Amino acid sequence: MQSSAVNSSNNKETTRSITFAEAVREALSQEMREDQDVFILGEDIGVYGGAFGVTRGMIEEFGPERVRNTPISEAAITGAAIGSALTGMKPVVELQFSDFITIAMDQLANQAAKLRYMYGGKGNVPMVLRTPSGSGTGAAAQHSQSLEAWVAHVPGLKVVQPSTASDAKGLLKAAIADPNPVIFYEHKLLYKTQEHVPEEAYTIPLGEADVKREGTDVTIVATAVMVHKALEAAEKLAEEGIDVEVIDPRTLVPLDEQTIVDSVKKTGKVIVVHEAVKRGGYGGEIASMIAESEAFDYLDAPIRRLGALPIPVPYNPALEKAMVPQVDDIMQAARDSVHRR
Amino acid sequence: MWSIRWFDEKVDEFFAKGMIHGTTHLCVGQEASAVGVCAMLEDKDKITSTHRGHGHCIAKGADPDRMMAELFGRETGYCKGKGGSMHIADVEKGNLGANGIVGGGIPLAVGAALTSKMRQEGYITVCFFGDGAANEGSFHEAVNLAAIWDLPVIFVCENNQYGMSGPVKDMVKIENIADRALGYGIPGHVVDGNNLPEVMTVMKEAVEYTRNGSGPVLIEAKTYRWKGHSKSDAKKYRTREEEKEWKDKDPIRFFQDALIERGIITEEEADTVKKATKASIERSVEFAEQSPEPSADTLLEDVYA
Ligand SMILES: Cc1ncc(C[n+]2csc(CCOP(=O)(O)OP(=O)(O)O)c2C)c(N)n1
Repeated sequence: MQSSAVNSSNNKETTRSITFAEAVREALSQEMREDQDVFILGEDIGVYGGAFGVTRGMIEEFGPERVRNTPISEAAITGAAIGSALTGMKPVVELQFSDFITIAMDQLANQAAKLRYMYGGKGNVPMVLRTPSGSGTGAAAQHSQSLEAWVAHVPGLKVVQPSTASDAKGLLKAAIADPNPVIFYEHKLLYKTQEHVPEEAYTIPLGEADVKREGTDVTIVATAVMVHKALEAAEKLAEEGIDVEVIDPRTLVPLDEQTIVDSVKKTGKVIVVHEAVKRGGYGGEIASMIAESEAFDYLDAPIRRLGALPIPVPYNPALEKAMVPQVDDIMQAARDSVHRR
Repeated sequence: MWSIRWFDEKVDEFFAKGMIHGTTHLCVGQEASAVGVCAMLEDKDKITSTHRGHGHCIAKGADPDRMMAELFGRETGYCKGKGGSMHIADVEKGNLGANGIVGGGIPLAVGAALTSKMRQEGYITVCFFGDGAANEGSFHEAVNLAAIWDLPVIFVCENNQYGMSGPVKDMVKIENIADRALGYGIPGHVVDGNNLPEVMTVMKEAVEYTRNGSGPVLIEAKTYRWKGHSKSDAKKYRTREEEKEWKDKDPIRFFQDALIERGIITEEEADTVKKATKASIERSVEFAEQSPEPSADTLLEDVYA
């Protein structure tokens, strides 16, 4: 398959506005129409249309063989996808909430990630595991986590975390085409966000960051919902005379190090923001990468990381919000960097 | 049973009004299994519950005031506003907790039963779970463990016909989930989960068996959830006729009619209970509404002991 990157800000006239959820569905449907080996499986993805409505209507078009409604058995669903991928299919799993990755973790970490390597390069596992993540819905500690660092740590898995509808479409198509197991995170709060998404088929290569906003004073590397918060912070900071560059890596593995390094060389200051718990979070990886890179000599402020407090996600709405970085926190971090506090 | 019914009906109402956030899973229509099972337990006995756990919680003796306060996210709630509907625990009353992970509580129940056996504490543990949970690895692994160790645990599968949108008949190849007991070498019973006396009878027998040290029992209570799985469920996976069929088998009305028929209570007395429980749930709402929000200072509390 030929890949062509489409910048989300281009082609506005020729496209229509659809939601993130619709963009994911469009990617799935296009791939399934194109390739008989692609099928989807997961809990309640049939007539129910998936817990977040992503697969709505797909069973009508593709039938129950290719839109496989499964029992509640995360390890078995994931393992079955791995086995079918190993034998030539291209399964896309919907794991109802990313928290349940813990149940599928043996299959992901000990099977999917390693089979090809252990077999000396024979065979591959072209599967995708899509899963909604993140807090903000009041579902509390067992349905709100951001565990992307868990999977990013395991060699052999690729990890995608889109922040916009058009990115989601292009990245999911690339993920399905990829011959490796890919974990594809969809933040629940993004599902209803809308934007212009090209109707035609296109892919966004895994491992290509997107500069969501150009700026000269400070770089903010943000993922998923934090991209939007960073952009909001950037607009407000512009009024204070601080010009922010916002970079969305889009894929954590592989990570587009060069785009981040180039930006830090330009601005000399960097803040990494994610929703996951800061301790042991992926932000630490990005910060270390910058510190180890040629951008180190260009830094004129410490690298700052913003992430969630090290607590389980609380139920009460005010506490839930207080746990994760907000626009104000990002603004303050940017001021601290620029004014070297 | 009325307390459970009114509690969940009230929650439904507040949810629709947007006054409770997050998500919630109502057990309206399933009251008899919660009550019938817990009625046969002693105070020292334990239960583990599920995401659809308000009924189990009340039946094991929890205070609806504190449950409602939890749903409102208040400091006076069972989890100080940090857990919400899916995570209510009432350890003092032997409820080791609801669970947001389908099948998550099953191994926990086995562990509690192991404690009882090893320390000879004499309590038994009832493990509630759904038909959907019976397809999780945790179910199979936990039941096997309990079986080989003869642990004092009763597995109660509330088969309400659906795991979210998945009909049990499409997700389980056998007629009765209780038949799986055979594969683990333990007794299995099927019971009409809408028939309170029948649940109590089967449960009584299971309690005697388990308390005597004979090991685990698997009970399957056939019932039905009247409402959708959780909020915003269009219920496209089932027919309105089917729903009506089951509503005609209302467990509360069934029991009430039986009591009246036998002259144990009068129509008026039944009505009094119905009204009193409703009023009491209204007071729970007041309690919840008047309770303070948790302070931001508590954010970092209770992560570690
Ligand atoms: C491990 C896990 N998988 C999936 C879910 C999402 N989920 C929550 S409840 C539910 C259905 C559970 O069905 P069942 O066990 O029959 O209980 P019921 O809802 O019918 O009471 C599903 C799929 C979850 N919470 N945990």
